[in-house]
Amino acid sequence: MTTTTRADTTISADPTLPLIRITREFNAPPESVFRAHTDPDLVVKWMGPRSITMELLRWDPTTGGAYRFVHRRGDEEYGFYGSFHEVRPSERIVQTFTFEGFPDGVCLETLTFEDLGNGRTRLQALSVYESTETRDAVLSSGMETGVVEGYEQLDDLLD
Amino acid sequence: MEDRLSRVFAALADPIRRDMVARLASGDATVNELAEPYPVTVQAVSKHLKVLEEAGLVTRGKQAQRRPVHLEAEVFDLMTKWIERYRRQAEERYQRLDEVLLELGQPRTEGGAP
Repeated sequence: MTTTTRADTTISADPTLPLIRITREFNAPPESVFRAHTDPDLVVKWMGPRSITMELLRWDPTTGGAYRFVHRRGDEEYGFYGSFHEVRPSERIVQTFTFEGFPDGVCLETLTFEDLGNGRTRLQALSVYESTETRDAVLSSGMETGVVEGYEQLDDLLD
Repeated sequence: MEDRLSRVFAALADPIRRDMVARLASGDATVNELAEPYPVTVQAVSKHLKVLEEAGLVTRGKQAQRRPVHLEAEVFDLMTKWIERYRRQAEERYQRLDEVLLELGQPRTEGGAP
């Protein structure tokens, strides 16, 4: 299933495989889009949900490196961590992603930065989950309205 | 619309309710038929049904005895709605990234590329 509307983000979720693919083009060269994914001062400006403060506690975006960050909203705090399997400057980032509230779950994410020329970049983000059930739980919960609520629902789902 | 969708997602967060919806996709069923595979009471299944009903996912027939449970057709659209909502959220993040990239593209007063 693929959805495209006015904005240029496209997404597809394979009905039979536990994947989510997102594609988006940017008016900036791959070097800049890559930098916005790795420079800690830039990452916190856009990556977390708007209503939440994102703090990077560990951030080593190199091959074999790792990260850990928390989302804070009022007294609530939620941690996420993962490994950078491969960080190839301006081309590709392969990383794992785990929510600490659901420690057995791990998502494998591959980001590809494609040079379109004329200072434009196509970003492709492929997320692979353990099962279509987990993938659907992530999709149905939404990430912006709260990764947190989402994972709470996921906990319920997997109880 | 968003409230309605939230109720639908909350209703489907429960594994038994998701399973009930999946089974109703192949045809109407009575409460007793629906309750059969689960190690819970018919009363518990009735409660689950009430949640699905309030979310607008199912309706109950009028026949006095059987009152078969019917899945509303629009539920088949749910996956598309989930995906569209997720896409919208990704687009919002990427619009923030657009702004970050715009700032990066501004001429730097100190000179020198990063």
